[in-house]
Amino acid sequence: MGSAAATRVTPALLEVSGVSKSFPGVTALEEVTLLLKHGTVHALMGENGAGKSTLMKIIAGICTPDSGELRLEGRPLRLDSPRQALECGIAMIHQELNLLPTMSVAENIWIRREPLDALGLVRHRELNRRTRVLLERLAVDLDPEAELRTLPLAARQMVEIARALSYDARVLIMDEPTSALTEREAGRLFAVIRDLRARGVGIFYVTHRIEELFALADEISVLRDGRHIGTGTPRNLSRDDIIRMMVGRELALPTAAPAAPAGPVVLSAHGLSVAGEFDDVSFELQAGEILGVAGLVGSGRSKLAETLFGLVAPSGGEIRIQGSAARLDSPAAAISRGLGFVTEDRKETGCFLGLGVLENLEISVLSRDFVRCGVVRSGAARRACERMVSALKIKTRDLSERIENLSGGNQQKVLLGRWLLLKPRILILDEPTRGVDVGAKAEIHRLIMRLAAEGTAVLMISSELPEILAMSHRVMVMHAGRVTGILGREAATQVRIMDLAAR
Amino acid sequence: MEQAVADRTAPSALAARVRRLPPEAGILLVLLALALAFELLGWVFVHQSFLANQQRLVVMILQVSVIGVIAVGVTQVIITGGIDLSSGSVVALTAMVAASLAQSSEAVRAVFPSLTDLPVVVPVAAGLAVGAAAGLVNGMLIAGTGIPPFIATLGVMVSARGLAKWYTRGAPVSMLTDPYAAIGSGAVPVVIFLATALVFHVALRYTRYGKFTYAIGANREAARVAGIRVGRHLLVVYTIAGLLSGLAGVLTSARAVSGQAGMGLMYELDAIAAAVIGGASLSGGVGRITGTVIGTLILGVVTSGFTFLRIDAYYQEIVKGGIIVVAVVADQYRRRHRLTAT
Repeated sequence: MGSAAATRVTPALLEVSGVSKSFPGVTALEEVTLLLKHGTVHALMGENGAGKSTLMKIIAGICTPDSGELRLEGRPLRLDSPRQALECGIAMIHQELNLLPTMSVAENIWIRREPLDALGLVRHRELNRRTRVLLERLAVDLDPEAELRTLPLAARQMVEIARALSYDARVLIMDEPTSALTEREAGRLFAVIRDLRARGVGIFYVTHRIEELFALADEISVLRDGRHIGTGTPRNLSRDDIIRMMVGRELALPTAAPAAPAGPVVLSAHGLSVAGEFDDVSFELQAGEILGVAGLVGSGRSKLAETLFGLVAPSGGEIRIQGSAARLDSPAAAISRGLGFVTEDRKETGCFLGLGVLENLEISVLSRDFVRCGVVRSGAARRACERMVSALKIKTRDLSERIENLSGGNQQKVLLGRWLLLKPRILILDEPTRGVDVGAKAEIHRLIMRLAAEGTAVLMISSELPEILAMSHRVMVMHAGRVTGILGREAATQVRIMDLAAR
Repeated sequence: MEQAVADRTAPSALAARVRRLPPEAGILLVLLALALAFELLGWVFVHQSFLANQQRLVVMILQVSVIGVIAVGVTQVIITGGIDLSSGSVVALTAMVAASLAQSSEAVRAVFPSLTDLPVVVPVAAGLAVGAAAGLVNGMLIAGTGIPPFIATLGVMVSARGLAKWYTRGAPVSMLTDPYAAIGSGAVPVVIFLATALVFHVALRYTRYGKFTYAIGANREAARVAGIRVGRHLLVVYTIAGLLSGLAGVLTSARAVSGQAGMGLMYELDAIAAAVIGGASLSGGVGRITGTVIGTLILGVVTSGFTFLRIDAYYQEIVKGGIIVVAVVADQYRRRHRLTAT
């Protein structure tokens, strides 16, 4: 891979060389080198957290790299803002669409560049004409005056693409564009992508769906843990090769198999459904068992966790806790039945960022303990939190340190500690080690195994298959809102799980 | 880039010491600086002392006590990330209701001719109850329908003012009993203000109620996941704010020895200003009663100081507006600085 410079004849459309980027506590990208050629679709694969999104954000000017260089057709490129990237012809179609929902299609495309008359007023007719020309080029049938929020997602995506083209984008970045599309809509999108490719546009295409690679990609690069693992073509790479490249990692994972659980069933779901999210999910969880839940983003696994914890009301089916039916209308109700839940998004639904470690640790247990007549017995609460900090080896100056100053791994330990103070019988973990450095990851793994050994039932969602495989007694695989299999520890392999998750 | 990092870490010893000071230290300094400024200006322009005049100081605190009582409630609402615009109108409504039950038998056309010369607890209890009820309506609108607190309390603000006028068809309520008037006389409002502040200072810092209030403001979704019944808690917070507005209404009518539908006009904004000057953040999770008390005193010093200097009331308002904005800008600057310093 180091020979790219030596054999160059005409410069590649976009060259990424030696790009590194780290965030506090995590190295997101390490010395990544990639080439995007004219008129190709270059797919990027990798697990969640492999660094794909960070790399794309760097190319789109949203992040600046710590080191390394970008070259556009041989010329060095320094990008300080997405606007600059756009002006250089690099456009990104975001996962969460970045459009203005209450404005029209035409206004969205030409914002900041509306055709004006002598008085500085917008010439709407000209605006709409230009939009129509652009949409025709994409063979998309849309009314330029339609308000954006009235359009289906697929149409909005086309508007984003049209906007990118209106800048004469030569490099297009698409971050999981099909994740919310139906098969037919995806097919239309592919036709547009192929047409763009034929015009010489280079496309970085981030996806989790292996099928799409073979339908679309000219080149495939795999990232893992922020490193570029390899690049190939659909012809010389098989599906299994790609999966191996994505997941085959050496991780400080627990080597000893978890002790077999023998406890009674504490949590079970029977035909549990949430309309539009997941359907007919049934499983049983024993005391002392770690049930891994694997599945791609959008498979419904996080919604399942939220439903079990009372955050989302089920539209059908039943949850049973220790044999009796449980109606969980709120997290408070779930907690009183012995559940705990570490959510996947630490910042949004976990931490109280402005508050201290103490407040973050004690908040849940105060509903039950350490309070007399409404007054917090702060000495006792503080001592319990101090014990938790030392037991979990949370690195913090003291209990009054704001949690936002802690590393991701230590924040995660605080959130785990919050539940451990309550001693839950059932602990639901959604991506317990996402964005956590390797050392803290191993500690969190050991902690989870110890909890299970002490009789806690654990439901652990993770996108990291090695983690799932090393920790779980059984693995439940979800795809598109359905359970596609529950594998015993012996039957569970990466290839088998990927097969069930991405069918 | 490395230069900037080095610069930022260099004065860390000082920064650490500054960070250990209570957050009110800065705003207390502003209060003292303002007082000193008026003292100096006083000697130069009117040839007397601003501070060495006990009566002036008592009047000054007296004037802002009512605002202070409201601000204690509003601070708690602001900590949850909400806002209460209804306080001033609730003051008017409770002043009317309480006054109507506090009339003496000498009143010529009493609102309730058969209910005169009642013991003083009746009008006080009625006032507090009406205030709490208005707060409960705020809370139910916000927790029940999910509309923004700004809109919910704006609605209650308009309706409560209307109710206050409708109650006596616009007529003022006068001829109140002496025991009732006593509530508003002398230093009683000051004592009530400071007692209220103390109670809720303790509640916010040392009770579960306080911990949950901060948690909801810091991150509402996380608070829900952590098992806090957010809606129920907001109901309590807004009811307390309403109750305190009711108390302010009782104080206002007792001090004026009458009830008028025009009372409490713009009090909500003064109360919000006091809380914000005192360091409460409208984005929630931040704020302390001690800060609010200092913020209230700052408003008092400014009003009293300008009167002392015989400056036009128009200028007072202009400057007061400026102070509010400067306080918020300084607060945001401090917040950003804290974030980037980590």
